[in-house]
Amino acid sequence: MKKLRRTMLFVPASNPNMMVNAPIFKPDCIIFDLEDAISLREKDSARDLLVEALKSIDYKDCEIFARVNPLYTPFGEEDVRALVAAGLRNVRLPMSETEEDIKKLDTLLTDIEKELGLDNGVVKILGAIETAKGVLNAEKIAVASSRMIGISFGAEDFTRTIGAERSKGGEELFVARSKIVLAAAAAGIDAIDTVFADVDDAKGFRKEVESAKQLGFAGKSVIHPGQIRTVHDVFTPSQEDVDKAVRVINAIEEAESKGLGVISLDGKMIDAPVVARAERIVTLAKGAGIL
Amino acid sequence: MKIEGIGQAGSLESNDLMIMVDLNQKENLIIEIESIVKEKFGEQIEAVIKETLTENGVGNGYIKVVDKGALDFAIRARLKTAIKRAEGRQ
Amino acid sequence: MSEMIKNALGREIPKYIEGIGELKAFQGAFVYTPEERKAAPRISKATPDMNKIVENIRRSLELCGIKDGMTLSFHHHFRNGDYLVNMVIHEVAKMGIKDITIAASSLQSVHEPLIEHIENGVVTGIETSGLRGKLGEAITRDGILKKPIIIRSHGGRPRAIEAGEVKIDIAFIAAPAADHYGNVNGVEGPTACGSMGYAMVDAEYANKVVVVTDYMVPYPASPISIPQTLVDYVVKVDKIGDPKGIVSGATRVTKNPLELLIAEKAFEAVVASGLVKEGFSFQAGTGGPSLAVAQFLREKMKAEEIKGSFVSGGITGHSVDMLEEGLFKTLLDVQCFDLKAVESIKHNPNHMEMSASFYANPHNKGCVANQLDIMIVSATEVDVDFNVNVITGSNGIIMGASGGHSDTAAGAKLSIVIAPLLRGRLPIVVDEVTTVITPGETIDAVVTERGIAVNPRRKDLEELFKAAGLDIMSIHDLKDVAEKLTGKPQKIQTTDEIVGLVEYRDGTIIDTIRRVK
Repeated sequence: MKKLRRTMLFVPASNPNMMVNAPIFKPDCIIFDLEDAISLREKDSARDLLVEALKSIDYKDCEIFARVNPLYTPFGEEDVRALVAAGLRNVRLPMSETEEDIKKLDTLLTDIEKELGLDNGVVKILGAIETAKGVLNAEKIAVASSRMIGISFGAEDFTRTIGAERSKGGEELFVARSKIVLAAAAAGIDAIDTVFADVDDAKGFRKEVESAKQLGFAGKSVIHPGQIRTVHDVFTPSQEDVDKAVRVINAIEEAESKGLGVISLDGKMIDAPVVARAERIVTLAKGAGIL
Repeated sequence: MKIEGIGQAGSLESNDLMIMVDLNQKENLIIEIESIVKEKFGEQIEAVIKETLTENGVGNGYIKVVDKGALDFAIRARLKTAIKRAEGRQ
Repeated sequence: MSEMIKNALGREIPKYIEGIGELKAFQGAFVYTPEERKAAPRISKATPDMNKIVENIRRSLELCGIKDGMTLSFHHHFRNGDYLVNMVIHEVAKMGIKDITIAASSLQSVHEPLIEHIENGVVTGIETSGLRGKLGEAITRDGILKKPIIIRSHGGRPRAIEAGEVKIDIAFIAAPAADHYGNVNGVEGPTACGSMGYAMVDAEYANKVVVVTDYMVPYPASPISIPQTLVDYVVKVDKIGDPKGIVSGATRVTKNPLELLIAEKAFEAVVASGLVKEGFSFQAGTGGPSLAVAQFLREKMKAEEIKGSFVSGGITGHSVDMLEEGLFKTLLDVQCFDLKAVESIKHNPNHMEMSASFYANPHNKGCVANQLDIMIVSATEVDVDFNVNVITGSNGIIMGASGGHSDTAAGAKLSIVIAPLLRGRLPIVVDEVTTVITPGETIDAVVTERGIAVNPRRKDLEELFKAAGLDIMSIHDLKDVAEKLTGKPQKIQTTDEIVGLVEYRDGTIIDTIRRVK
C-alpha cells in the first residue's frame, strides 16, 4: 500500500530534545533539517548529531527524511554520505532546479550504495522545488530518477525569485502549486505543499491546508507539532467517500476471485482512476483511524 | 578564536550538553563530568564518553563535560564533533 | 538505631524515633482507624478591658510564654513572599530560646535563613508539607536537623493537629487584614492572598494565637475568616510579605506542545471514564499541563452544556472563569493562586473559602476530597506499583511538597497522574520511586505523551479506555519505553540515617527519607 505523507514535520538537527520527541506528535514523516535551520558554523555538529540519532532512536513507522545541504555547497555530499551510512533512506534535496540536480544526487547515491553494499536504489529522493526555474522544470525533475518518491514546493524562496510578496490569499503561488501537483501526478509520485510560517494563525493555516487538498497535494510540510492535527483532519475523507471506496475495493476483489476481466459496481464500470482514488481514500481513512 | 588542539561542541539547552576536548594534554586522560543527572546516570555518561573516545582513537586528553540531561546519542555526537574540531578535521 | 519494620509497601520504618516517639507503619490507604478523642486547646478568658494589640513580635512571644522545646505553627498562603516565619524565628533566636519545632503547612525557598537557626540549635524540628531550595539540601544532604523532618499532606496536617499529635503552643497567623480584636481576612490589604484555609485549623487548636498584620482595618473586619474568639494577640508590623511572591499576576495555560499533548491525552482519558457529566466535580494541580486539561474540559462543557458541581483545592483564575461562565456551581478554595482568584473569593458568594480539614482531613466526618469525581495530579516519579513521589528529586534531595496529592488521590473516584515520560534524561516511570508520597492503590492511571497505563485494580477503567481507543499499555512497558531511551538509572546513594519521615494522611508512616551521600 502507498505510504501516507500527509504531514512532513521539520525538525532542526541541532535540537536533541525535539529529535527524540518529534515522533510523539505522530506526523507521517519527519524531515531533519541540516540546511536552513543550521548555521554555517554548526553544519558539522548537526550532521554528527543526526547520524547518532538515526543510529540509536527507533522512529517506528514514522518515515524519516533529511533535508541535506545542496550538493553545490561544501556540506551536501558529506551530509548524504554520513547519513546514508547511518541508515537514512530518504533524502530531501533543497533547491532542485533541474533534472541534472537530481541526477547528480542519484549518481552519488548509487556510488554510496555500492560502497556500503546496499541494494541499488534503496535510497529515495524528494525534490524540493523552491524557485521559478524549478517550477518550470517540475515535470523533468519529477521523472529525473527512479528514486523519486515526491516533489515538494517551497513558497518562501519561490516568491522571492518571482519578485512577489507572499500573501494570505496565495494568488502568487497558484500556478506554481498546480504545476507541481500536475508534474507529480503525471510521474505517479507525491506532491507536498509548502510550509505555513505563522504558527499562531490557526484559521489561515486550515484554509491553506484545505486549498492544498483541493489542488491535489498529498500532504504538507509543517514547522510546528501543533499544525499536524489540522492537516490530518483536513485530509480525513468523509464517511460517505470511505464507504464508497470500500465497496469499490470489495468489487475489485470479488471480480478478481471470479476471474472477471471487467469490474462493475452498481451497473457502472470501474476504471483505473476510480480504483486509484478508492485506494487513496482507504489509505487516508486507515491513517486517520476511521477504518 | 581557534586554539590548536582544542575543540568544543554542544549547548547548555536542556537535553543537550557542552563538551570541551583538549588534545594538548598528552600524558594522560582526564575526564571531568558535571551533570544535572549525575546521581542517576553519572556512570553511564562516563562509560559512553570513554567508549566514544576509544572509537575515535583518543587515548589521552582533557575532556570537560557539562551535561543538561542529554541522552547517549547526543553525548556521542557532541563528543565526536568536539574531537574532530580539536583535530582540525572540520 | 531502633528496630525496623516493613510497612505495607515494603518500606523499612523505624518503630521509634527519639524526640518523636512511637511510629505506626502504613498498612493501606483506608486501614488505620483512630480510636482517640480529639485534642483541645486550653480554655481562655477575655475580660472587657483586655487589649489584644501588642507592640512587636518579641512582646507577643513573651506574653505567650515562649520557652525551649515549644512548637510554633505557620501557614503558607504567602508562598514565596512570606516574611513571617523568618521574622518570628529571628526573634526567638535573639531571645536565646532553643529546641523549637516549626509546624508549617509548607515552607519555601524564602525560608532559607532557617538553616542558620537549625545549625545553632534554635530549631530542632520541622513538620511541613514541603521544602525547597537550600533548606531541603541542608536537611537531606548535610543532615543539619536534630530530629527527622516530618512531611505531612494538606489533609494529614489538620488531622495530626486535631488528634493532638501536633501540639501547637503558639500559632502565628500572617494576616493580610485584621482588626484590633483579632478578626482576620485574606482579601484586603497589600498582601491579600484570598483563602486562609490552612491557618484556620491552627487557630482553632493552638494554645496561643498571634495575628501579625501590616494592614489594620476598623472593627469588625468584614468578611471574617479567622474570628476574634480564637485570637490572643494582634501585632502590627511594617510588612508581612512581598505581594510579588504571594500570588501570580495570571496563571497561564501551557503553550509547550509536549505538555499540550499530555493534557489532551489526559482529557481524552477523563472523558472516556464517563465521569464528565451533569453535577460532576473536578480538581487539578496548577501546573501548565493540568491547567490545559481544565481548558479542554471547559470547551467540552460549554459545547455540550454540562454543568458541574464544584472545583476544589488551590484555585486559579481559570477555575474562576468556569464559575463565572456557569460551568461549575461552586469553588471550594483552600488557597488562591492568582489575583483573579483573590478578587473572586472576595466578591462571589459561590466561591467559598474552606479550611484544610474541610478540604482533605481523612479523620473528620467527611472531607471535600471524598466528594471529588476527577482529580488530575502531577508526579516527579511513578513506579510500577503506581506509587507516586512528589517530594524528593533525582538526587534524593527534598525539593517538592506532599500537598493535597495523597488526599485527593485517595478521595477522588478517578485520580489520574499526568507527567512527561522523560524529564531531560530522567525517566518518570521507574521500578521503585525514591520516596512514596501517594500509595499506588489510590492512583487509577498514569498518562504520558508516550502512552497511558491503567492500574490493574481498575479493570473497569481499562475497558472504558480500550473502548475509547486510547493508547494504553502496561506500566512495565511504559517503564521500558522510557529506559530504552534513557538507560537504566543508578540507585541514589544514601546512608542509613533517617532525615525525614513521610506521614500518610492517616498518621501512619508510608516512607522514610535517608540522608544523601
